[in-house]
Amino acid sequence: MAFRAAVVTFPGSNCDRDMAVAIEQVSGSAPVRVWHGDAQLPEGLDFIALPGGFSYGDYLRSGAMAANSPIMREIVRAAERGVPVLGVCNGFQVLTEARLLPGALMRNAGQTFICRNVGLKVENTQSIFTSGYDAGQEISIPVAHHDGNFFADNETLDRIEGDGRVAFRYMENCNGSQRDIAGVLNAAGNVLGMMPHPERAVDAAHGGTDGLALFESAIRSLANA
Amino acid sequence: MKVRVLVSLKPGVLDPQGRAVHHALEGLGFSGVESARIGRTIDLDVADDTSDEALTEMCEKLLANTVIENYRIEKLD
Repeated sequence: MAFRAAVVTFPGSNCDRDMAVAIEQVSGSAPVRVWHGDAQLPEGLDFIALPGGFSYGDYLRSGAMAANSPIMREIVRAAERGVPVLGVCNGFQVLTEARLLPGALMRNAGQTFICRNVGLKVENTQSIFTSGYDAGQEISIPVAHHDGNFFADNETLDRIEGDGRVAFRYMENCNGSQRDIAGVLNAAGNVLGMMPHPERAVDAAHGGTDGLALFESAIRSLANA
Repeated sequence: MKVRVLVSLKPGVLDPQGRAVHHALEGLGFSGVESARIGRTIDLDVADDTSDEALTEMCEKLLANTVIENYRIEKLD
């Protein structure tokens, strides 16, 4: 059965095409492209991706405007039904602003935009997004962000750590994120937000393929469901 | 009705921009500055019969991110 994915484009998204290319490369099926103003999602989706970029020019707060766009009401409903949702970079910011994920992404502690490969440690290998990695595996994935400094209060941090919801940690903290958190899952495990860009690490010609396993995991989870 | 919404970072939330401004003030020779915190002002012009509940909802749903920010609503006239 074909893998039916959707990639959402907001005004200012700039990694939507990369995301679609990565998903098609791994799944063999081109994702449906969905516009922020669409009132409905296509039927029968297996996977929804919110890409990186600067939706609505980062007005007010990164991701704040996009979180209130028409399509997000549908995405919140889909996530509550259990559809896997991946938010990368600005997509992660949108998911926190939409309250699908805990915490917030603040300005990098060093004030600068960071664009380079970073080392990540895979902390959770049970999730539908990370089952293809080995426990404790160290991978290299690019980051490109100004607002990637993950913040949540200590109680929330203790809870998400205790529940095994930290998917990835920075091996060297590049942006001030609390407890080195680079990617976090929701309580049900079907929503993942992460600042690093796995869709930029699916082709050896672009410097690495450590992102492939994330998409492969999601596709395999669906096949086994 | 003119309404001013003041959004500020919650105490305890690190404010790297505020810290940089603080250091810059010290660099300019201003002594005795304990700290600087950066917030945001949003001026709204709303219908006179807008309820306090509606204003609060605007802040909670969009104007502030209550995970990291506090807000204060001031009616200007």
